Amino acid sequence: MEPEPNVAPPPTDVTPGEGDRAAAAGLGPRSLIRWESGLLLAAILVVALGVDASSQFLTNGNLFYLCISIGEVAIMTLPLTFIIITGEIDLSVASILGLASALVGYLWSHGWPMPAIIPAVLAVGILAGAFNGFLVTRVGLPSLAVTIGTLTLYRGIAVILLGPNTISSFPFSYTKIGVDPVPHTFLSYSALIFLVLALIFGVVLHFTPFGRSLYAIGANKEAATFAGIRVKRIKMWLFMLSGLVCSLAGILYTFRLSTAVQNNGLGLELNVVAIVLLGGVSIFGGTGTMVGVVLAVFVLAGVQNALFLTNFPESALGIIPGVLLLLSVLAPNASSFVHRAREFLRRRRVRGRIAAARS
Amino acid sequence: MSVALDPGPETTAPLAPVSPHRLVDLVFRVREFGIIAVLLLLVVVTASIQPRFLSLQELQFILLDTTVFALLAIGETMVVLTRNVDLSVGSVLGLAAYVSANQFGTHPGTSIGVVFLVGAGIGLACGITNGLLTTIGRVPSLVVTLATLYIIRGIDTWLVGGGEVVANSLPNAFLHIPRATIAGIPVLAIVVALGVAAAAYYLHSFRSGRELYAIGSNPDAAQLAGIPIGRRVFTVFVVSGTLAGIAGVLWAARYGTIDSTAGTGYELTVITAVVVGGVAIFGGSGSVVGAALGALLLNTINSALYVLGISAFWDQAIAGLLLITAITIDQMIKVQLTAALRRRSRLGA
Amino acid sequence: MASESIGGNEAGAADAESPAQLPVLSLQHATKAFGAIHALEDVSIDLYPGEVHALVGENGAGKSTMVKIFAGVYPPDSGRLLIDGAEVALSGPADARDAGIAVIYQEPTLFPDLTVVENIFIGRQPLRSGRRIDADAMHAQAESIFERLGVRLDLDRIALGLSIAEQQLVEIAKALSLDARVVVMDEPTAALSAFEVDRLFQVAAALRESGVAVLFISHRLEEVFVLCQRVTVLRDGRLVLTRELTVLQPDDLVRAMVGRDLPERVTAEHTVGQTVLAVDRLSREGVFLDVSFQVRAGEIVALAGLVGSGRSEVARAIFGIDPYDAGSVTVAGERLRRASPTAAMAAGVGLVPEDRRQQGLVMGSSIVRNIALASLKRLSRLGFIRGSMERRFAADWAVKLQIRFGHLSNPISSLSGGNQQKVVLAKWLGRHPTLLIVDEPTRGIDVATKAEVHRLLDELAGEGVAILMISSELPEVLRVADRILVMREGRLVKEFVHTEASEETVVAAATGQVKAAAA
Repeated sequence: MEPEPNVAPPPTDVTPGEGDRAAAAGLGPRSLIRWESGLLLAAILVVALGVDASSQFLTNGNLFYLCISIGEVAIMTLPLTFIIITGEIDLSVASILGLASALVGYLWSHGWPMPAIIPAVLAVGILAGAFNGFLVTRVGLPSLAVTIGTLTLYRGIAVILLGPNTISSFPFSYTKIGVDPVPHTFLSYSALIFLVLALIFGVVLHFTPFGRSLYAIGANKEAATFAGIRVKRIKMWLFMLSGLVCSLAGILYTFRLSTAVQNNGLGLELNVVAIVLLGGVSIFGGTGTMVGVVLAVFVLAGVQNALFLTNFPESALGIIPGVLLLLSVLAPNASSFVHRAREFLRRRRVRGRIAAARS
Repeated sequence: MSVALDPGPETTAPLAPVSPHRLVDLVFRVREFGIIAVLLLLVVVTASIQPRFLSLQELQFILLDTTVFALLAIGETMVVLTRNVDLSVGSVLGLAAYVSANQFGTHPGTSIGVVFLVGAGIGLACGITNGLLTTIGRVPSLVVTLATLYIIRGIDTWLVGGGEVVANSLPNAFLHIPRATIAGIPVLAIVVALGVAAAAYYLHSFRSGRELYAIGSNPDAAQLAGIPIGRRVFTVFVVSGTLAGIAGVLWAARYGTIDSTAGTGYELTVITAVVVGGVAIFGGSGSVVGAALGALLLNTINSALYVLGISAFWDQAIAGLLLITAITIDQMIKVQLTAALRRRSRLGA
Repeated sequence: MASESIGGNEAGAADAESPAQLPVLSLQHATKAFGAIHALEDVSIDLYPGEVHALVGENGAGKSTMVKIFAGVYPPDSGRLLIDGAEVALSGPADARDAGIAVIYQEPTLFPDLTVVENIFIGRQPLRSGRRIDADAMHAQAESIFERLGVRLDLDRIALGLSIAEQQLVEIAKALSLDARVVVMDEPTAALSAFEVDRLFQVAAALRESGVAVLFISHRLEEVFVLCQRVTVLRDGRLVLTRELTVLQPDDLVRAMVGRDLPERVTAEHTVGQTVLAVDRLSREGVFLDVSFQVRAGEIVALAGLVGSGRSEVARAIFGIDPYDAGSVTVAGERLRRASPTAAMAAGVGLVPEDRRQQGLVMGSSIVRNIALASLKRLSRLGFIRGSMERRFAADWAVKLQIRFGHLSNPISSLSGGNQQKVVLAKWLGRHPTLLIVDEPTRGIDVATKAEVHRLLDELAGEGVAILMISSELPEVLRVADRILVMREGRLVKEFVHTEASEETVVAAATGQVKAAAA
């Protein structure tokens, strides 16, 4: 008549197992709302900071600049959010972007017409994602290791494709997205695409059975399987989706810069992961919201932009994602740290009492 | 849970002479031997096409290139063994390279020893930060070192400004360090090889070294066994950081010109080397010798490509393929091995 | 069936011939409750050096709680724990280890990448000069330990791939290396082959000779009689008897374990319809063999047997979580695709799994999400699902099953075990299954909720649902089931209609005791 089945006793101070992690990490539904409120507050602060920094902050020109600086990275955060929620990770996102970009340049320089290039590049992106998915779901390899490998591999293929060449003779009808905002707004085309996609991804995540199943998979893969959710198939789709979206981002990136060169997008994956984690998505999977990620996009881009407008040394702007990331993971742990410290002290006192009683 | 359905009484005699111990041993060794075999093959093939590959200078280059990565690989191996990862090593190397080399400029007359201490000190500080955040902050090391990768690189970029340290601002004695040789072998390579051997010995023969394997193999059981996980994990990050700092100084001595991009991307190369070298990505098994050999293999491939006139542009793709192949093979071996060991278990004594 | 009980709630000393020495471990008048569940009530037990003491009782009798108290996981609410006559308070597993108590679980956790020797000595390896590990001394010590135990194991192989039996041996060796004076073996033989059981007995005998006290927990009565000197029987959290095994018969033990009157049937007969589930010669190598049975609409068929007899595995194979090697599963006349939970669900099958926390629920999620998890597609309109639809669905079922909760959005971990199980049931009932498989439906649940669940199962049967129930709790099986199938070691060995079954006959079939079948 015990409340627990006959299993080994839980070790006293160990990280809780699958299924308990989310709850233990304090990332239940209520704390997530707290997180988003925090992000919203941060966003407002960013606006305040920006306005204070420069009268230019809220001008159309600057806002446009803010959009194009983050557009492609923002787009890439969307499928990565899904992937991280299921407990996996995809570090090859920027390399798929780079591969797509290189492919655009390569095909263009070989005379392909643009309407043929775009679908071809998207298809290659899907394949790249499928390769990731295959290694993770069929071969059973950890996604961290796999995507570190494909990160290098796809970047390498991009390098092979273009070599030292720089392709920059793209038609203005495409590259104007790097110069002109969407008519009547300050949004860049990439930002618009991001917002539209974010809406779609958000609706799927929060309002469809598919989205619900992602949370279940991330929180407890076994229970999800027992509820009839096809875990492997879903993960495969997610990696393919990531490949598709990242190659789209790569195409946009190429047009925005109007250049295809082999190191396009180098290092961007860390930005993307930082934003998703900053958005409240737990690295362990099972929790997170699209609203949080969108807010995080704005917070990161906004902070960088605002600081850029001040006298903050431009070269040090790279610190921002790192600092924000650290703060975002330390903050929830701070309260549990205090709790654990108290627990530790209490146990020492108890032990002392027992020892005293024995002697 | 499986129940053995025995139709009759079982033999108590132990079976086939090939004990699981030897099988594992063989597979284990296969990794190091495998890499050496691939290396030899690569060298032979390349040399037959392009004999100048076997020139002393070329071989010295390869060894020197490897020393930096081998040094990083020692620290990274220890981190990965405990089921963690250190992504900040490239940034630490870059920062240490700049700051230490810059000492010559800002403090003329600084001794080389002091410069090494500065580099190591920077690495030490970074390692302590990573260690504290991972253990006391309870933040997953992937996230911690991702953040510090940014922050340290950012600090480096800010310090460097638009400038750089150029070779002719550095004392000759310093720049000569990588060029010193004994019987044709670069001294640095010998020193680092000794370092690898020392690390291997530590991991093999000391309690705390073995505990690193235990932590990665089964963190829950490690906790139950009373292993001081926090302390061990903190230490490996400190070691990784310090070694990256020293590697930065060596890098500076080698290349002479240091800007804010020094060491960019090195963490990925090191992790590739470590995994190719047989260290499991989730820890628990692997050797520093294997990791160092992995670094050697990667660098040899790069040099071979260069010498063969194949554009160096193939090296990344090859490295990526190597990593994927290595972990796939590891997985397949693990599946086969577990089945084989289980079969032997069931039948043997 | 007589409900004569042997002994009553007596302290061990009164009816056992205790050796005239100090017990190494003594539990006195221990009581432990978890909320409304009284796991242990005034239980006392003494363990003497050099004896193998059996602890016997049904599921839920209190054995696990006692083991956890010994392991230092938690202290008793009242009562004392004494070691060598001195009272101790264990604040954790480390204390228990230091006090010389070692617990060997059914599924030990070793370090798969370390060798056997290292697994034994990790953190405590003998040292030589310069604080280096003395591998030779370590080997020698390990060898002498294994010699003491009378077994051989390749010390230098890595632990990966060791059978459960061998893992247990390593754990025992580790216990000896820690100078354990009490070794608790918690159902060690459940997953072992005959040969491995023999070997384990040798080891236990060797431990005995070394002066170690062994507490041997098992359902397999024949093993108890072979191995042990004294036995303690628990029932419903209380001590029934402690006695020398030489004066007892297996029947006595069975009666002491179950000794109640025949429990009341929930209702009268169900009207039974067509065959819903037909399992034909289902086999999975090493797990179960040649299992065939049927379940008809409106019928409650129980699959009884000991832990490890393969019942849950059969259920999982039917539902498609695990594959099988031979045979077939037919639902409502259609052959069911193998290894596809999706196909099973589409055919109207639901599975309430054995492990509530790991398999049945997503612990970090809310009540609503858990209830809705298996019905996501059905709740969606045009591909979209709204929180309000889920909430209404969950609220409906919460009322129907009388689930007690604070807010539906509360995490599932805020519910009691009984209510959690109701959530799992709600999840599946929401799909209106034609076949419902429930694996240990009332494990770890308080008495009141147990009764509710039984009533619910009965209602479902009345509505025409076919129910396959796996249970280790005999009273439950006899109360609820129309037919009882008994599995032992992977095979179906006996079938009873409920009118011809009794606790003793079922236990006898499950444990292989031929004698008691006639009772």
